[in-house]
Amino acid sequence: MSDGYVLRMRDISKRFPGVHALDAVRLEVRKGTVHALMGENGAGKSTLMKILIGMYAPDSGTIELNGERVTIASTHQALSKGIAMIHQELSPVPQMTVAENIFLGREPLTWYGLVDTKEVNRRTRELLDRLEIRVAPEKKMVELSIANTQLVEIAKAISYDSSLIVMDEPTSAITEAEVANLHRIIRALRERGVSVIYITHKMDEVFDICDEVTVLRDGRYVGTSPIGALTHDLLIQKMVGRELVDMFKKERTPVGDVVLQVRDYSGKRFRNVSFDVRKGEVFGVAGLMGAGRTELLETVFGVHPRTSGEIFLHGKKVEIRQPADSIRHGLALLTEDRKLSGLYLNATVRDNISIANLLRYLIGPFVRFRAVNADCERMRQALRIKTPSLLQRVKNLSGGNQQKVLLSRWLLTEPEILILDEPTRGIDVGAKAEIYRLMVELARSGKAIVMISSELPEVLGMCDRVMVMHEGDKVGELLRGDATQERILEMATGLAPSAASV
Amino acid sequence: MSTTAQTTTKPAEPVPAGATSRQAARDRARAFIARYGIFLIFGVMVIVASFLSPAFLTTTNIVNVIRQMSIIGLIALGVTGVIVTGGIDLSSGSVVGAACVVAASLAQNPNRAFYPEIAGSPVLLAIAAGCAVGVLAGLVNGALVAKTGIPPFIATLGMYTAARGAAMLYTTGRPLSNLSDAYNEIGQGSLFAVPVPILILAGMAVVTHVLYSRTKFGKYIYAIGGNEQAARVSGIDVGRYKILIYSYAGFLSGLAGLVVSSRIGSGQPGLGVGYELDAIAAAVIGGASLSAGGIGTIPGTIVGALIIGVLNNTLDLVNVSAYWQQIIKGVIIVGAVVLDQRKNRGDR
Repeated sequence: MSDGYVLRMRDISKRFPGVHALDAVRLEVRKGTVHALMGENGAGKSTLMKILIGMYAPDSGTIELNGERVTIASTHQALSKGIAMIHQELSPVPQMTVAENIFLGREPLTWYGLVDTKEVNRRTRELLDRLEIRVAPEKKMVELSIANTQLVEIAKAISYDSSLIVMDEPTSAITEAEVANLHRIIRALRERGVSVIYITHKMDEVFDICDEVTVLRDGRYVGTSPIGALTHDLLIQKMVGRELVDMFKKERTPVGDVVLQVRDYSGKRFRNVSFDVRKGEVFGVAGLMGAGRTELLETVFGVHPRTSGEIFLHGKKVEIRQPADSIRHGLALLTEDRKLSGLYLNATVRDNISIANLLRYLIGPFVRFRAVNADCERMRQALRIKTPSLLQRVKNLSGGNQQKVLLSRWLLTEPEILILDEPTRGIDVGAKAEIYRLMVELARSGKAIVMISSELPEVLGMCDRVMVMHEGDKVGELLRGDATQERILEMATGLAPSAASV
Repeated sequence: MSTTAQTTTKPAEPVPAGATSRQAARDRARAFIARYGIFLIFGVMVIVASFLSPAFLTTTNIVNVIRQMSIIGLIALGVTGVIVTGGIDLSSGSVVGAACVVAASLAQNPNRAFYPEIAGSPVLLAIAAGCAVGVLAGLVNGALVAKTGIPPFIATLGMYTAARGAAMLYTTGRPLSNLSDAYNEIGQGSLFAVPVPILILAGMAVVTHVLYSRTKFGKYIYAIGGNEQAARVSGIDVGRYKILIYSYAGFLSGLAGLVVSSRIGSGQPGLGVGYELDAIAAAVIGGASLSAGGIGTIPGTIVGALIIGVLNNTLDLVNVSAYWQQIIKGVIIVGAVVLDQRKNRGDR
């Protein structure tokens, strides 16, 4: 009766205010297979998985587990039905130990009712040994590296003895050797009849480990095929929906003199990094999660204190102690997490755009709203922000449009150097293309752009030069012509010997 | 397995040899201070106090200090748990008032105004009723926090006002005296020359310490405070444990109400005003973090309460005016939180 399928999700739809996140999506996973769930950021993969593990309720659609129709109302229910998930975004409880985190929610007790710490540690050690993860069970999670944290999360999901494990980008922060180890573990799980839903952006891994692939695009179901029926290019085409080439209309804009020089910068999570950025170029900063890219550029911008290093603008040394200093010197920073550190979600589009420039619109203590409106309107048209009105609350806009609002804010300050941290994270393909178009225009108008990005196609498509970081160190720089996906990955995972600096 | 601990640490930073060991020593020293600093401070305070006043290090005085801090200490045990979950309880002082009038109304000698139909003075019933009032108030706090999702500050602020009002209503604002001797033993009696309030505090401190550090319940309140979302996806019924911890905090406030009313031999609806803030101060001085959940311990809180007690006592002994005492206490509370934030920033 279960006809070999452990999971059948059919016609799953989910709406969020302003977005149709999922529209009649299906996902069918066979028992004992590794099933890749592919799609660009914002395609709806995470939403679908959150529905599967009971974090969201679908608006419509059905879920069948082993042929039986079920509703999953909480993660607890999902776990008890044999579905575990490794969350990409969720960190564990930092102050607790590795063992306590793994057994959180199902601690073995002693006969007198207290938590049996010895037993928790013993079982954790057994589990970690079996998976060849070299971490001490007694260690606190805060003390672990990001790669080890991720390995512990993986161990935790496996420890539930689930029949279906969802892995959301499990390899985004681990090295090649650890990836090989993880894949060995996954193959062993598959042997035992466990099914894995594997979400990744890394093509090689899909072809290496997965049996079937389901592709989503813009919240819609595109198709499912066995891996043998697919090629690299075919898969990308399915994900993007058209040839990838026209995504990046990168033109060679004339590159001018050096505007920004950073020398021997050190701070939390990065050491002795030096780089130059030129007028009119897009300078990429690539690396794995936790490589220190965000920390480096936030420190350059003055968000965090540095421990050493100097900054030169147009050859002149400048002192940047806080963001206000760098804004005055013509820098702008678009942060990685729009909602956390950039946008005022409950404020209007107009207020969000004008907040960093309010001083310019003042007569005495009063704001000249006519001027504000005019400038905001200009930005809205230039960036094609889709909003019914400038007085719309930003939380009602789509991710791409929110990003444009933030970009407008910083463009209004008329910066010379624009730092963009993951500028297209979580926005749809169309909006992405527009952000890219804007970046080209900005570069052509003589601005220097620094882009931190974890999406290699984006780095390769947009950047004139790429700096690659690994665990806080600069590994090297690659020119546009020399940069390939493989080369950058090698450097980012620390496998490549330091490339010659350009 | 001892080697695995080393392999998990990040590769050493490229610093000159020699600097590494100095750095490590400094890190160890910092970790030691972060962990035991509060005990060191307490030790220094005791030494300073004994130099300032010869009366400080006498048995009578020390017993006195501990007895005085026992009421705040009891409340702080529960408040610590609430703070660990990332919450706060502002209602403790009012719950002390409500619990003590209900208990006192049952503990009055015969011919009492309340429940004259119950024969004699049922001490155990009085104790049970006082604790029950505390649990009930905590249950409501916890349910509000867990089920409606309103901030703990607001939920317990409501209870702060309502419980005081209920206490006033119950006795029409009058104090209830003429309490039975058996009841008064709780606050005034001694066992083997140790005052009963101290025994109650010591007993509850041990129980609470085990509860927080060794049981499932304890692990879960730390998990909820450390990362609520992670706790939820691990299958923990977060709401249930929040209700439980607020109820436990309410129970301890009720117990504190029994102690304080039996100590003065009278149940007064106005008792306990400001206790919630002293209890929060004790927990915070003892290392519980209001800014980041999942941090706080019972030994720390007890020392925090002792620090407040020793401070009050020393300032009394050397004749510092009560007004100055309040100012100094304020400075110390804020100083403790500033240090705590420094420490947390260092962790990250």
